Amino acid sequence: MRAFIGIDLGSTTTKAVVLDENMDVLGRGITNSRSNYDTACKVAKYEALLAARFTLLQRGLASTVAAETRLEDFLGSLERSFRLGQFVEQLDDLEETCLDKAKGERFKGREAAIAEAIQAIFVTLRSDAPALFARDARRKSDFFRDLAGSRFMAVGQQTAKAAGLSYDLLLNVYDKAIIEVENRPPSGEIREKLIGALDRLIELSPELSDLVADLAAPVRRALDIPAEEVSVVGTGYGRVTLPFSKEHIRSEILCHGLGAHMMYPDTRTVLDIGGQDTKSIQVDDQGIVENFQMNDRCAAGCGRYLGYIADEMNMGVHELGPLAMQATRSVRINSTCTVFAGAELRDRLALGEKREDIIAGLHRAIILRAMSIISRSGGVRDQFTFTGGVAKNEAAVRELRQLIVANYGDVVININPDSIYTGALGAAAFARRAVAN
Amino acid sequence: MNARTAEVAKDSSMLKQKEMISGNYRKLENAVADGRKVAATFVPGNLNELIMCFDVVNNLPEINAIQNGLRKKTGGYIMEAEKRGHSEDVCTYVKADLGMIAKGNIGPDGQKLPDPDLLLLSYTGCFTFMKWFELLRDQYKCETAMLHVPYQGDGQVSKNMISYVVKQMKEEVIPKLERVSGVKFDIDRLRENLARSAKAEEDFVWVLESAKAKPSPIDAYFGGVYYIGPIFTAFRGTQDAVEYYRLLRAEIAERLAAGQGPVTPAGDMPAERYRLVVEGPPNWTSFRDFWKMFYEEGAVVVASTYTKVGGLYDQGFRHDPAKPLESLAEYCLGCYTNRNLPARIDLIEQYMEEYQADGLLINSIKSCNSFSAGQLLMLREIEKRTGKPAAFIESDLVDPRYFSPANIKNRLESYFQMVDQRRIGGKSVPARAA
Repeated sequence: MRAFIGIDLGSTTTKAVVLDENMDVLGRGITNSRSNYDTACKVAKYEALLAARFTLLQRGLASTVAAETRLEDFLGSLERSFRLGQFVEQLDDLEETCLDKAKGERFKGREAAIAEAIQAIFVTLRSDAPALFARDARRKSDFFRDLAGSRFMAVGQQTAKAAGLSYDLLLNVYDKAIIEVENRPPSGEIREKLIGALDRLIELSPELSDLVADLAAPVRRALDIPAEEVSVVGTGYGRVTLPFSKEHIRSEILCHGLGAHMMYPDTRTVLDIGGQDTKSIQVDDQGIVENFQMNDRCAAGCGRYLGYIADEMNMGVHELGPLAMQATRSVRINSTCTVFAGAELRDRLALGEKREDIIAGLHRAIILRAMSIISRSGGVRDQFTFTGGVAKNEAAVRELRQLIVANYGDVVININPDSIYTGALGAAAFARRAVAN
Repeated sequence: MNARTAEVAKDSSMLKQKEMISGNYRKLENAVADGRKVAATFVPGNLNELIMCFDVVNNLPEINAIQNGLRKKTGGYIMEAEKRGHSEDVCTYVKADLGMIAKGNIGPDGQKLPDPDLLLLSYTGCFTFMKWFELLRDQYKCETAMLHVPYQGDGQVSKNMISYVVKQMKEEVIPKLERVSGVKFDIDRLRENLARSAKAEEDFVWVLESAKAKPSPIDAYFGGVYYIGPIFTAFRGTQDAVEYYRLLRAEIAERLAAGQGPVTPAGDMPAERYRLVVEGPPNWTSFRDFWKMFYEEGAVVVASTYTKVGGLYDQGFRHDPAKPLESLAEYCLGCYTNRNLPARIDLIEQYMEEYQADGLLINSIKSCNSFSAGQLLMLREIEKRTGKPAAFIESDLVDPRYFSPANIKNRLESYFQMVDQRRIGGKSVPARAA
C-alpha cells in the first residue's frame, strides 16, 4: 500500500487523510488538537492509516464474502474490537499514571486509601468498557479524554464517597494524569493490534465465529501487505511545529482550495469556517487559488464563537444548531465581538426573548460576517462549497443558503459530510503531487 | 568587488544617514540655546528647501512617530493619548505624537524636543493632518501657516492649481516664515537648495529603478524606507542629501554589477523567488519581523507606492531652480498621497509591468481611513488588468496592538504559495475527485 498523507492541524481538531496512488481516499482520521500538535499529528495519522487498513480489508475481502452486509458486520465488529483493545490499553496507562500522580507531600498518610480508590475506579471502568463498544452502543465522543473522563467522574464520585475521600482530590489526580496520557502517541503496530482484535472477536461476537474462522487467514494476508508512507504534507495553524521540511508544508488556504476542488471539481468559491478563522477562497477550474480573504485581527464569528455562546447558555456546542432550527423568528444580534454578543444574549434573555430565537440570531450574525469576507474575496461564483466544522451546523447552513440566494441568486451549494477533512484532503493531494512531480 | 569592499560601501551610506538624522535631532535639541526657530511640518508636500531659506530647523512629527515606532516606544504613547480622550480609531501617528508630547516631549533619541515656533501645514491628500495641527496649535498657541494643496480629483494638475499654491506661498507661507524667523526671503538661496534637491533626486531615482534588474539589488520597500529617509525629510536641498545619494548609488551600482540581491538584516538575500509591488506603508513597531516574513521566503519588493508619498521622482518630476515656487507647488500637487484612485491604479499597473512583478501586495492600515479606503477596489482592478495574483493584509502604522504576526505570516505564506501554484499552473494538479 503506497500511502500519501495529508494532515491538517487545526486549532480545535487535527485531521488526516490517506490517499492511494489513484487519488482515492483510503482513510480519514481525526483527533482533538490538545495543544500538542506533535501528538495530535501522530494520532490523526494513526487513525487515518487504521481506516485505510479497513478500506483495504473491505476491498480484499469483498470477493471472499458474498453478502455485503455480512462483510460490513464483520468489519464493524473488528473495528469495535480494535477500539476496545485500544481503550483498555489507554485505561491501563491512565491508571498507572494516576497512581504515580497520587504520591508526594499532598497525599501523605492517605496514599494507600487513594491508590485503593483509584484501582477500584479502574476495575469498574475496565469492566464497563465492552459495553461502550458493543454493537449499537452510542458514544457522545470517540476521543479517549471524553470517554474516560465522563466515566471516571461518574464512578469516582461514588468511590470517593464510599472511601471517605475528597472527590476533588481524585479529580485533581485524574486531571494531571489525563494530560500526560493524552499526549502519549499511540504505541505499537496497527497490524499486531488488529490481529489481537481479530482474536478477541470470537469472544466478543460469538455469532460471527463462522465468519471469523473463514476470514482469519485472508485478513492476516491482507495485513501482511506493508503500508508505505510515500509522502506526508502538513497544513493548518500548527503546521510550523511539524518536523517537516518546507516542501512538506502547505498553507491551509491552498489545501482547502484544492480539497474542495477534489470533492466538487466545479467549485469556484470555497467558504471555510473553522475554529478560529473564516476563509473565503476563489479557485479556478484546476483547484488553484486565485484569491482569498480571511478574518482579520478578530476571530468573532468563527467556530469558537459558537463554543463561547454554548458555554454561556450552559449547552453543548452541537446542541446549538438543533435549538436554532426550532426558532420561529430570528432575534437581531448586532455585536460582532464574541464577548459583547454574550452580553447581548443575556440582555435578550432578560427581555423575555426565546432561547431558540436568540440562538438563531447568533447563527445569522456569524454568517453575515462570513458574507462580508466572501464579498471581499470577490463574491460567490457557481459552484459554492462550504467546509469546516461550522458546515456541520444545520442552522448556520440554513442562514448561509438564504443569504447566498438573496445576494448571488441561484448557485449550487455543496456541503460534503466529510467537509471537516477538506484541508487534509488537499494536503494529501499535494503529497501525491509532490511525488508525481 | 570583494565582500569586504561591499561591507564598507554599505556602511558608508548607512552611517551617513544615521549621522544626518542624529544631527537634525541635535539641532532641534539645541534650537533654543542656538537661537534658532523651529517649524513642525509633514512629509508629503513638505517645503524643506523653502524652510531652509529662513534658517529654521525642521521637525517632522510623522518621522518622530516612525522613529519611536521602530524603537517600540509608541505603544505607551498611544495609550497615553487614549487616556486623554483620543479614540482607538484615530490615526496612530497622531496619537503617538500627542502621547509623546504629553509625556514630556522627549524625542526618539532621548532628548527633549523644542516647542515649535511655526506649524507649517503644507500637506497633501489627508485631512487628518489638518486636525492634527489643530490639536498642536491648541497645545503650543503658536503661529500656523496653512498651505492648501488641491486634491488631484480628476487626476490632473492644472495651471490654476499651480498658481493657487504659488499664491499661497507668496501671501501666506513666506511672510509667516519671515516673521517667525526674522530672516528675509532670498529666492536665490531657494534656487541653490532646489538645484541640490534635483541632483539628489537624480541619484535617488537611479537607485529605485535599479530594482528593474533581475535579481533586484535592492528591496524597494523595506530597504526603500531607508533610501527615502533623507529626500523625504529635513534633508532635501542639503549637500548632505546629495552626498548620501551619491554614496548609495555607488553601493547599489556595485551590487548590480556583481549580480547581488538586496541586503537584509540577515545578510545578503541568497535567491530572489518572488518579485512584488507593495501598496501601503509598512508596520513600524514590528518592522524587522515583518521584513523577515518576506526575505525568508525570498520575496523582494521591486517597487512600492509608499516610497512615493514624498514625491514621484521616478515619473520625471525634478525640483527646478529655474521656476522655484512653481516647482515646489508642482511637487506638492504631485505627491502619491495627492493622487486619486485611478491614478494610483495606473501607477501600480505601470510598476507591475516595468518591474516584472509576480504580484501585488497591499498592506492596509487600520487607522488610516484616507488611504485604506478603496484599496480592495484597486486590488481587483490590478488583478483584472495584469492577470497577476494580489493579496491583502492588514496591520497598523505604529500601534503594536494591531500587528498580528501569526495571521500576517499565514497570509503571506499562503500568498507566496499561491504565486508558486499559479506559476506551475494546473497541469500537475491531480484532477480526480475524491
